[in-house]
Amino acid sequence: MTTSAPLIELSGIERVFYLGDSEVHALHQLDLAIAAGEYVAVMGPSGSGKSTLLNLLGLLDHPNSGTYRLEGRDVTTLTLEEQARVRRERIGFVFQSFHLVPRLTAAENIALPMILAGIAPAERKARVAQALDDYGLTNRADHRPNQLSGGQRQRVAIARATIMQPAVLLADEPTGNLDRATGEDVMRLLEELNGQGVTLIVVTHDAALGARARRQLRMEDGELRHDSARQ
Amino acid sequence: MRAPDLIRFARDAAAGNPLRTFLLVLAMSIGVAAVVVLTALGDGARRYVVNEFASIGTNLVIVLPGRSETGGFNPGNAITNTTRDLTIDDALALLRGSAVHRVAPLAVGTSEISYGGRLREVFVAGTNVHYQEIRRQKMAQGRFLSGGDWRRGAAEAIIGAKIRDELFGAQPALGQLVRIGDRRFRVVGVMASSQGLGMNTDETVVVPVALAQAMFNSNTLFRILVEAKSREAIETAKTQVIEIIKQRHEGEEDVTVITQDAVLSTFDKLLGTLTLAVAGIAAISLAVAGILVMNVMLVSVTQRTAEIGLLKALGATGGTIRAAFLTEAAMLSLAGALLGFLLGHAGAGAIRLLYPVYPAYPPDWAALAGLGTALVTGIVFGVLPARRAARLDPVESLAKR
Repeated sequence: MTTSAPLIELSGIERVFYLGDSEVHALHQLDLAIAAGEYVAVMGPSGSGKSTLLNLLGLLDHPNSGTYRLEGRDVTTLTLEEQARVRRERIGFVFQSFHLVPRLTAAENIALPMILAGIAPAERKARVAQALDDYGLTNRADHRPNQLSGGQRQRVAIARATIMQPAVLLADEPTGNLDRATGEDVMRLLEELNGQGVTLIVVTHDAALGARARRQLRMEDGELRHDSARQ
Repeated sequence: MRAPDLIRFARDAAAGNPLRTFLLVLAMSIGVAAVVVLTALGDGARRYVVNEFASIGTNLVIVLPGRSETGGFNPGNAITNTTRDLTIDDALALLRGSAVHRVAPLAVGTSEISYGGRLREVFVAGTNVHYQEIRRQKMAQGRFLSGGDWRRGAAEAIIGAKIRDELFGAQPALGQLVRIGDRRFRVVGVMASSQGLGMNTDETVVVPVALAQAMFNSNTLFRILVEAKSREAIETAKTQVIEIIKQRHEGEEDVTVITQDAVLSTFDKLLGTLTLAVAGIAAISLAVAGILVMNVMLVSVTQRTAEIGLLKALGATGGTIRAAFLTEAAMLSLAGALLGFLLGHAGAGAIRLLYPVYPAYPPDWAALAGLGTALVTGIVFGVLPARRAARLDPVESLAKR
């Protein structure tokens, strides 16, 4: 571990859902530190809290108690507007089901975060062109998602997640909807990005996929049962 | 998010579901078109009546014999309730009034007209040369009565178009001698056919007033038509007319004076109110369209839940999402309002084409109010869906497919 302040620092995180009368502890007394540039796989059975952890890291969900520091800043106390800004500028999401906007072309989907950030059209155009080139999608720029293969869709989604040059890339079962070969391509792409310095956190229940990461976290019943970095 | 991007995003979202967009625009356009067409009808009716009144003469003051009492029982009237008749001398005296421009006496009755063995019952109007200008009487052939002493008059007659057809057929009527009652008249003119509020001239014969009175063996007048010098002079003319008649009738005000202006403004006000009421009724359809906007936008929010979740994950604030949905609602409303505006004008144009006499032009205020109301209802009813979208929980939204 590096000596500088970790990129992500969770302490005493508690996340409780209420289902009817019963309380479900999706996350319980979670302490976790992830340094910049790490490649972490979060594993565990369904319902273990790994997706809740990912949503929490992405500021889509909020802990009932505990603190979350991102780049040294306590982000749990930020207003919704400020959290949206953090999501926009520091966090990229890659989803299992791609979540591309069906009516927009590949290029428009990639440009979406920049549109939301209010970046000028000229700069958007240049960055999208660069991203399309980087991800081998130049000849697919004007295709809509339903005209793309699964691998191409996920590449568009990854291009969209990285277009704002985030510090963290959060991937939730990124290969879950892909066959083995294209899933392999996508993972290589994500790992390349990690090699360029982006912190990569992948949630998966595929042991083989998890084993590729340099650090494995195993979750069970909302608790962190195993952390390969602590051995 | 930049404004052009917001508009483009909303446009793409609207274009992404053409059927929904089409139905919404249609509903809104029907509402606006209804306002435009119905106010065109209402205002057209008002213009039609105003035009008709103008066509029977402007600045008109009409004197009727007899007092129409609306002020309750007057003990003086109970004793001396004999109204004096209006005479040609009364009419001549009215010319003294400084605000009076022209005066035309009118004596009426029925008689028979015959020519070449054909006999027909006719309506006879006795008047003078000024009648033509005061009532804007158009001639089909020949001329109107000639001037000169009202109390004599040449034996000349002007006949209606229908009488000309029935008596003379294809033969020329001008210059022919006809018998009306027991007198002989020379036909000098044929009146143009006219429809509307004015007297039907088709079956009328106009002769000099003195001859008409002789024909009916009376010296009374049915009306005196007075033309004031200008619109502003109407009230003065009315006062002067009453004053002059009063003097001539031994101080008794035994005539009724009607100004056309008063009647006209009553109709104007009445039909103006009617137009307003009709516009209000049409505006209800806009409210219905507004509720439809809300319904459709709520469905849209539900359908696009995953997209909203994604936008939030990509860093959209609640405000951005609210603005996006409001922009979409406003754009759809505006499109519907503009389409309805065009449809409404096309409808009003079609009415004018079918009924050329009916000036069915929508008033400017109604068209603007229709457009404005459509926009405002669209946005107001778009607020609730937009707020709902902005408040969606991103985690739950993303879980939806």
